[in-house]
Amino acid sequence: MSQPMQDSTTDRRDFLKAGTLVAGMTLGPGVLFYGVAHSRAPEEAASSDVRWGMLIDSAKCGDGCSDCVTACNTENGLEGKTGPQDTQYIRKLNIKDLRTGYVKELPMLCQHCENPPCVDVCPTGASMKRADGIVLVDRHSCIGCRYCMMACPYKARSFVHEPITNQNPEVPRGKGCVESCTFCVQRVDRDEEPACVEACNTNGHKAMLFGDLMNPESEISKALATQASTEVRADLGLNTGVRYQGI
Amino acid sequence: MANGNCISQGSQCRNSQFWTLLAVGGLVVLGALYAFFTLEHHGHVLTGMDNQIVWGLPHVFAVFLIVAASGVLNVASIGSVFGKSLYKARAPLSGMLALAMLAGGLAVLVLDLGRPDRLIVAMTHYNFKSIFAWNMIFYNGFFAIVGLYLITLMTRSLKQWSSTVGMAAFLWRIGLTTATGSIFGFIVARSGFNSALMAPMFIIMSFAYGLAVFLLVQSAMYWWNGIKLDERVLVRMKNLLAVFIAASMYFTIVFHLTNLYFAKQWEFERFILLDGGIYTTLFWVGQVLIGYIAPLALLFSPGSRHSVVTVMLAALLAILGGLAQMYVTIIGGQAFPMDMFPGYAVTSSFYDGVVAQYTPSMYEWLLGLGGIGIAFLATTVAVRVFKFMPQDDFAALESDTKA
Amino acid sequence: MASIRTMGTWIRTMTLVVVAAFLAAPSFNVMAGVDLPTIKKGKGDKCVDDNDYMRRHHPDLLNHHRDGTMRQGIRTTKYSLKGCVECHASEATGSVAASKEDFCAACHAYTAVKVDCWDCHATKPGKRPVHKPGSVTASPLMSTAQQGMKSGESK
Repeated sequence: MSQPMQDSTTDRRDFLKAGTLVAGMTLGPGVLFYGVAHSRAPEEAASSDVRWGMLIDSAKCGDGCSDCVTACNTENGLEGKTGPQDTQYIRKLNIKDLRTGYVKELPMLCQHCENPPCVDVCPTGASMKRADGIVLVDRHSCIGCRYCMMACPYKARSFVHEPITNQNPEVPRGKGCVESCTFCVQRVDRDEEPACVEACNTNGHKAMLFGDLMNPESEISKALATQASTEVRADLGLNTGVRYQGI
Repeated sequence: MANGNCISQGSQCRNSQFWTLLAVGGLVVLGALYAFFTLEHHGHVLTGMDNQIVWGLPHVFAVFLIVAASGVLNVASIGSVFGKSLYKARAPLSGMLALAMLAGGLAVLVLDLGRPDRLIVAMTHYNFKSIFAWNMIFYNGFFAIVGLYLITLMTRSLKQWSSTVGMAAFLWRIGLTTATGSIFGFIVARSGFNSALMAPMFIIMSFAYGLAVFLLVQSAMYWWNGIKLDERVLVRMKNLLAVFIAASMYFTIVFHLTNLYFAKQWEFERFILLDGGIYTTLFWVGQVLIGYIAPLALLFSPGSRHSVVTVMLAALLAILGGLAQMYVTIIGGQAFPMDMFPGYAVTSSFYDGVVAQYTPSMYEWLLGLGGIGIAFLATTVAVRVFKFMPQDDFAALESDTKA
Repeated sequence: MASIRTMGTWIRTMTLVVVAAFLAAPSFNVMAGVDLPTIKKGKGDKCVDDNDYMRRHHPDLLNHHRDGTMRQGIRTTKYSLKGCVECHASEATGSVAASKEDFCAACHAYTAVKVDCWDCHATKPGKRPVHKPGSVTASPLMSTAQQGMKSGESK
């Protein structure tokens, strides 16, 4: 950039104005596009700058509604059977206070803890926590010992008891390995929200909110900062990614 | 000694009994292999295990065998570490039994995995925060150290090293059993498990189960060979067994008494002690009556010192009680519903809040018994090939008791 | 005596040779190249890399990239397993491993190298989900960048 060599302060002022304009034009679109570029490129690794979490308002959860379960089954290629050996990633719990008779329904899924007991106990490291907080089972290393199922305080994990065919290509799963809710990681990596959240929003209950807990501007962070919420089994000190209201 | 029923020493024996034992053991192992291949092909859908009871009967047998294996090494440790000549003579047999039983227990564990073809992955990928991973290291190291120990015991030129290696084996086995107990003790999620008491309880139970197995095998060997077990040996080992069983009972009492003190544990204690159905029965009749009270009564009854049959019976009952204890601990701990919302009754489509039902399938029985079969087969072959029969030095024994 | 011993040796050697020949017979066909698998071309004009390179290195690519995808969430498009399946699924069965003529199964059956990918991974292509950034019903992700949005962008 060439500037006329003059000693006057007005030229310096002009230079600063011109410089600011140019800088603003260079940086502005970057800030403008920050929203688009912020979502992770497919070739990029997940980062610990993000932590995915969910807020569930049990007051809005419909009695007898199981849209979240149905959507999860469809998305992940689960059959939706409910026998003792069948996989369920998410299920509806009906809880009743033994002393007062108060009844409440809420969905229960993998809580994606910050200190997951399932990750601690896995002998091969197959049960893992991704950098962005999603707890997953690496089925390449899983030997099917089921220790993580013993250790999970939320009974979130299922074991695949039979050979599986016709998997959803987005969700590989097979016999002999343990599995659980992945926050629909295949969708999250495409900047979508989990199928259960989408279904709950579509049917109007809007009981489930998903987002980035590390971002103070996200809807979920603002909700958590302004309204009371709690973890299930908070005494265990797991710092779950899923929090509940109304229990 | 000249009767032809011998199965050891390779002297002028009739071979028919040996081949019969081999055939029986082989059939049991074949049954386990059949169960394994069926489950590997069709999946665990054929078992009684499900998403509620994830570790079932095979694990009861496997954990029992592993705990008893580390305990049976104790006999040798008392000899090598504490210098008692009565036990020194028994050290090789004890070491061999330890290896055979550990092999049997591990085989059942591995064969029950959802993906046993991934064993190499398990051997090469370790998450060191997992006590289960530490167990794998302990198990493999146990084979190496006890193998080395046996070599030092049975090779004349290396005998001077047997005390050192024996001490290493003793310490390693303490670590192994602590880690095995901690598999359950480290589980914070379930009321029946999360307790630091699990590890020492497993240690003390391993003493009892291991000595009971040793007594049974030793008595069987003596009987097959037509040799009478000397009373001096019988008395000391039976008293030791009684001490270990009493100690196990003590730990059980402390465990349950402490639980009864915590209001949050009352439901679990009520389940085990009162209305848990099969678990309550197995606890009171199996673990307590058959496993503790009856053997103690037998072992301390007057005249038991003269009766090998009494001691053998006490040992057998202790073993049965041990199996019952493992069932109550492992499966009872899973059957009791997880307390996710204290003070609430929970129901769901995923069997939350209800006592889980479990009926072992034939495949699980075959697999579990196959573990015992493998240990039995290995022992039968080993006593045939090597000199494991204890050679007592009664002069040293006398001076030991006087000292 | 020596001649009988030599004859005995000769008989034994010839017996072993004949038995070995009978045992080796089934492989004569294979050595002549009759049983080599025929690999059908996949869709599209070229594979992601040279045939020789892929033949040699596909186990490495699979093993290394799967950890990147699984553990770090790196989802490349070039070496995506789903991409392989989409191109190479056979027209007859729609799959890469359903029958012995299908792409993966053909070579692996021939070499008797069992792979367990298909225990978990789908052998048939599925509908490719559409990446939906900035759609009208924007995901909560988009709402994290409110400060960067100008008018014209929908919320």
